Amino acid sequence: MPPILELRGITKRFPGVLANDHIDLTLNQGEIHALLGENGAGKSTLMNVLYGLYHPDEGEILIRDKPAHITGPRDAIAQGIGMVHQHFMLIPVFTVTENVMLGDESITNGVVLDRKKVAQEIRDLSVRYGLEVNPDLYIKDLSVGIQQRVEIIKLLYRKADILILDEPTAVLTPQEADDLFQVLRNLKAQGNSIIFITHKLREVLELADRITVLRLGKVVGSADPKSTNSAELARMMVGRSVILSVDKAPAQPKEVVLKVEHLTVRDPRAGDAVNDISFEVRAGEVLGIAGVQGNGQTELAQALTGLRAVESGRVTILGHDTTHATPRQLFELDVAHVPEDRQQDGLVLSFPVEDNLVLNEYYRPPFAQGISLNFKEIERAAAERLKEYDIRTPSIFVKTANLSGGNQQKVIVAREFTGPIKLLIASQPTRGLDVGSIEYIHNRIIEKRDAGTAVLLISNELDEIMSLSDRIAVMYKGRIIDTVNAAEATKEALGLLMAGVQQDAAHAPEISPELKTEMQDEIA
Amino acid sequence: MLGMVATSVMRRTTDVAQQRRWISGAVIVALGLLCLWFFALQVPADMVSKYRFSGGGDAIQLPVVELPTSTTNLILAVLLVAVGILHAARGIKNSGVLFGAVAFFLLAIFLTWSIRGQSLNLTGLLESTLIRSIPFLLGALSGIMCERSGIINIAIEGMMLTAAFVSVIVASYFDNLWLGLAAGVASGALISGVHAVFSIRFKVDQIISGTVINIFAVGLTNFLNLRWLTPVQELNDSGTFSKVPLPGLAQIPVLGTVLFNQNILVYAAIVLMFVVNFLLFSTRWGLRTRAVGEHPKAADTLGVNVFRIRYTNVIFAGMLAALGGCFLTLASVGRFDKLMTNGRGFIALAAMIFGNWNPFGAFGASLLFGFMDSLQLKLQILTSVIPSEFLLMAPYLATMIVLAGVVGRVRPPAAEGVPYEKQ
Repeated sequence: MPPILELRGITKRFPGVLANDHIDLTLNQGEIHALLGENGAGKSTLMNVLYGLYHPDEGEILIRDKPAHITGPRDAIAQGIGMVHQHFMLIPVFTVTENVMLGDESITNGVVLDRKKVAQEIRDLSVRYGLEVNPDLYIKDLSVGIQQRVEIIKLLYRKADILILDEPTAVLTPQEADDLFQVLRNLKAQGNSIIFITHKLREVLELADRITVLRLGKVVGSADPKSTNSAELARMMVGRSVILSVDKAPAQPKEVVLKVEHLTVRDPRAGDAVNDISFEVRAGEVLGIAGVQGNGQTELAQALTGLRAVESGRVTILGHDTTHATPRQLFELDVAHVPEDRQQDGLVLSFPVEDNLVLNEYYRPPFAQGISLNFKEIERAAAERLKEYDIRTPSIFVKTANLSGGNQQKVIVAREFTGPIKLLIASQPTRGLDVGSIEYIHNRIIEKRDAGTAVLLISNELDEIMSLSDRIAVMYKGRIIDTVNAAEATKEALGLLMAGVQQDAAHAPEISPELKTEMQDEIA
Repeated sequence: MLGMVATSVMRRTTDVAQQRRWISGAVIVALGLLCLWFFALQVPADMVSKYRFSGGGDAIQLPVVELPTSTTNLILAVLLVAVGILHAARGIKNSGVLFGAVAFFLLAIFLTWSIRGQSLNLTGLLESTLIRSIPFLLGALSGIMCERSGIINIAIEGMMLTAAFVSVIVASYFDNLWLGLAAGVASGALISGVHAVFSIRFKVDQIISGTVINIFAVGLTNFLNLRWLTPVQELNDSGTFSKVPLPGLAQIPVLGTVLFNQNILVYAAIVLMFVVNFLLFSTRWGLRTRAVGEHPKAADTLGVNVFRIRYTNVIFAGMLAALGGCFLTLASVGRFDKLMTNGRGFIALAAMIFGNWNPFGAFGASLLFGFMDSLQLKLQILTSVIPSEFLLMAPYLATMIVLAGVVGRVRPPAAEGVPYEKQ
């Protein structure tokens, strides 16, 4: 049987960049084909070419063995191609129905939108593919996982059978990702063909039927998930051997740097986001905060870094009371912060790279002289940090928005890690980054630890927590449900804690008191 | 335990709301007491305010209502205080109702005080309120049309002014109001076409483009007015659309005079309000317009032509603003005067914002501004206490108060002002 989709010699040039260099790719009917590569390898560009958002400079596209001329998304949709973009293409103030019907509206009485009919179609699709969603809700009220279902329904509503998913798991919790995989297997079983773009090795091995690896705009090889392994894929992706686990010596904890006592943080919408938490982080150790996203980690980090008001409790850093400290005061105490949302809280995207590199200490010498900035000094420091942290950018004067995600994160790391930092608060430091960048940032964190920095690491990636931390605290519903020694922790035990199940080493898993009351409440 | 957590959460969120209610309630009570003191207790007890409901020529003459000024205002002020207390204690959930109630009492007290010892034709006041709100409504509809597709339109003023000028000249020259109207609307389309090309094709900052158009319109109409209309007065005498009483309906007392005995452009504007609302929320074109104004990239990935939608909307918006300009000439004074729009395009913009980019909301705001506009006219005739220059400020003052109060509660289209770039 001929492939349902064939790309031949696709080449796409951007000014100064060869994004796709004669790429060949085939997709067979009813398979999940993973497109693996680092950020900037050209995966998204290739798919945007296929979807008609970019026009290739060379090459041709064959769909069902016939040459296809795709000049815009409309043509792609007509050919049965549907794409879930990395950044969702949903309108927050529209309902699910409105989002789904947009561009392909059902009309009744000649001009009036037929919302009812589309809503019914959505319900039918929901049932058929296990994509449960209420068509009458507004997108802004839905979780990211549900929003993604809406994106998939958008494709199915248009009768697409070639589905492209661009980094679909980047924004999902592990549970949501598992749900998504189930949906994709379902879709495959019903005869759809899927291109799955990712840089996460575990996912391709778990889900894909075939793997094609891209690097620097070229196909560097393909692999069969049954006969390959993570190390080999990582090597293909990065072009050299990658050490996937972090090599580190045992921690040498010293004095207490961060002390948190009975901290409570309120979220105006959801009540107590952080509820009576106490812990300590010592110099020279990494305390990892594990937990499923949305259990108060974000609010905890914000409260500790002066970005959110503390309701009650006390935070002490090196003997100073910092419960109500401002970010500037914290910086003066040598506290570094890698924020969870790098584009929102970490960078001013419209500023050049050099400015972002000194955004924390621009106000004091040598970068400032009285009321004016010393540009020479800023440029010098920026160039130095660029080199030291291997930030890939054409120059320090480029807008930070134009850098890849990995390099943006490195800009933050370069800024925050410079100088003698006593405490590092890192939230999701490697979210959405490729293997190479992850390896780099992990090593830097351990380096800081060994130099005597106290590190508070907050991450949703259990692997990351386990490989970096010396102690692991698990957060569940705003509380620290347990703290364990990293050396003795197992993935299974932590997973149970993350789900709110408290256990005793000697006994069988026991239900947490909260869960118990919840169950009793339900019975009553 | 969970139950306890839930109640404590609820108590906390209500604490904040409660606090906010107390503050706004206290402000309302303070206003009421101020009114009580100044507009009721300071007025001699024997003074009377007369409200009339019928004009001299009306078939059905309604009785004149004579109210003792001091006592009436006393009651109204006490009611206003009561509203404040009720809000502080129980909370009036619908902010529109609360705002409406407070505005009503304040205006009623002020009006009763202003006409003490005199009489006022209330029906006439309401009739002129509607007429004076129409340019605001049309301007606001223009803004809605444009901004819902993501293009900021601060050039409403300039479009109105140009259309007012063009419509008078053409109508006077050909001695045909309809030709004048068509020419005025066409001039609006032309100018907004320029705004569209600037903002969409050349990605000029939309505020700048709009400002340039406003300045250009002022300069051009002033110059041509001086060169053509001042020397040749026959070109500046278009006549006006006459009233078209709707058979049957126009005879209803008060309501008929206010609503059903108006000129054709008033009816047209009201119909257009319903049409724009229907288009925006119930048709394919409206869905796409709103999508383009919120998230153009999303619309683009679904095959919606972002540029075409924006061009269409901006040009159509220009025609609506132009209709508002024509209203100022062809439906009211029949001649063009230098700078005659007098900031109405900007008040229309305020009405659009106050109405949260919705046609009906914008109409409500237009009515408020129209009321203030006609009130200041009436009061200039009735009272000598307040200087007329101060009264002239009333509509603008109302605009400022309303905009200050509404900040944070309305939400503009998300992609407004951002040029769309295709890769």
